[in-house]
Amino acid sequence: MDLTLFMYLIPSLIMFGCGVYGFITRKNMIAIMISLELMLNSVDINFVVFNRYLFPGQLEGMFFSLFAIAIAAAETALAIAIIINVFRIAKNVDIKQITKLKF
Amino acid sequence: MESVGNIILYFIVAIAIIVFSVLTVTTRKILRSATYLLFVLFATAIIYFQMDYEFLGAVQIAVYAGGILVLFVFAIMLTHRPGHDAEALTSHRRWLGLTAALAGVGVCGYALFSYADFAGKVITSGSTFDMVQIGRFLLSTDKYGYLLPFEAISVLLLACIIGGVVIARRR
Repeated sequence: MDLTLFMYLIPSLIMFGCGVYGFITRKNMIAIMISLELMLNSVDINFVVFNRYLFPGQLEGMFFSLFAIAIAAAETALAIAIIINVFRIAKNVDIKQITKLKF
Repeated sequence: MESVGNIILYFIVAIAIIVFSVLTVTTRKILRSATYLLFVLFATAIIYFQMDYEFLGAVQIAVYAGGILVLFVFAIMLTHRPGHDAEALTSHRRWLGLTAALAGVGVCGYALFSYADFAGKVITSGSTFDMVQIGRFLLSTDKYGYLLPFEAISVLLLACIIGGVVIARRR
């Protein structure tokens, strides 16, 4: 039995589906960020697996994952700063009740 | 032909990824959701180690599990009372989410199955890269060099530091 490319793409696909489901159904801002991290993580797995299986002599996918991790860290830090600021003003982080930004 | 230990490790990691990512988006308590996300990130790091990308696995553990998860836990502690459940979802949004997720998974799964010969490739014992080569690639301006994105990321991180301080500062 061999570990094929396919066997790594299936868990990654399911992880992405869970991220989409959580992103749409969650109402808490921090839970939405967690779902977003799931989606980013599954895309990172795809880059690395395609790099290793299809182009094992190069490192493009690995560097793409590395930069994606760095950008995800920056984006999470900023988003959490915004969430804490919103919490300070509106006293909760529920997207149903924070409607002042709507026109 | 893979070794038996590698296959067993693969199945443990795959089942852990599937179970914990479903639990991450279905649990009611937000702190448990963050903990399950931590398990998913560790399983991903094990996949990177299995692919012989040791540096990427170390970065995954250090940045994601060590940095982002701590940030999430701090944000949860600052904005929630402990033991506080999320309210039940309205049925409309749950059906919308389920439809979108299942449609996406179905389309991508169909695409995967229709490229069966391509998806059945096995790993070829290519040259593994050590840390010296990764550093050379990261700081070179040649054909496969990544100096420009490296510098762009450093500027982005600086902007992110300044933005975080300005946004979260108490006026």
